[in-house]
Amino acid sequence: MSMFSIFNVSGSAISAQSQRLNVVASNLANVDAVAGPDGKAYKARQLMFQAEPMGPESATGVRVTNITESNAPGRRVHDPAHPSADAEGYVNHSNVNAVEEMVNMISASRSYQNNVEVMNTAKTLLLKTLQMGQ
Amino acid sequence: MLDKMTNRLDFLGNALVLRSERQRVLASNIANADTPGFVSRDFKFSDALTAATASTSESGSGATRMPMSGYASTLGTTDRRHIPGSATSSGTTVSTVAQAYGKLAYGVQTQPSMDNNSVDLDRERANFADNAVRYEAALRFINGNAKTMLSAIQGQ
Repeated sequence: MSMFSIFNVSGSAISAQSQRLNVVASNLANVDAVAGPDGKAYKARQLMFQAEPMGPESATGVRVTNITESNAPGRRVHDPAHPSADAEGYVNHSNVNAVEEMVNMISASRSYQNNVEVMNTAKTLLLKTLQMGQ
Repeated sequence: MLDKMTNRLDFLGNALVLRSERQRVLASNIANADTPGFVSRDFKFSDALTAATASTSESGSGATRMPMSGYASTLGTTDRRHIPGSATSSGTTVSTVAQAYGKLAYGVQTQPSMDNNSVDLDRERANFADNAVRYEAALRFINGNAKTMLSAIQGQ
């Protein structure tokens, strides 16, 4: 029954999207983080998605291949009174872009919803198939 | 003789298998809406059904037909008055029907994106809903057909 693998396909997409949502949450939580004593601030993380064949040719799921750290320069704020200020009086903030993260979050949540709906439809159809001939 | 009773069911069965196959293809497209470089897939249902129906009727007449899990081909007769169990109609396997759609086609980018993903989510969702309704329609035809057959058999 080929429709059962829809649950695998959409399930893999849902887990990938929720992982993406997790990364967005951790980025947003650290949007105002400043550098510690080592001078290195939090770096925004991003997921890499990859299509993954699941059994037959037509079933293609999603897999998270790796998590990369953004190399964009972080915000530097001149605040000599700040306890974390460096020798020049600058405070190094994380390089998280809050607007980008919000967009990412909305996109992830919409994709998640789409896949849940696909699974619900597949489930309804399968249940109706079970009642065939009755 | 049994052919006439089951031919229609066979056709609808093929349609149902192809519909569920297409449902899976569309689900894969929706799942990969955010995967960079993914190209959407689909197949033309009418062509696939024509191919599936042709292969069924072809394979039904020849001896090279694939038996369904082996039991259909073992039907023999022990008396000359028995109806020969050629099982021409029930022998279509899911794999032969699934092969009928042949190679999956690739979707064209409607709104090109930077990551080369060609999934148009609106199109895919519309197709998905459409396919779900048509799957259900095929199911109802099968149910109706079965009911008709039963009432014909029972003669009540």
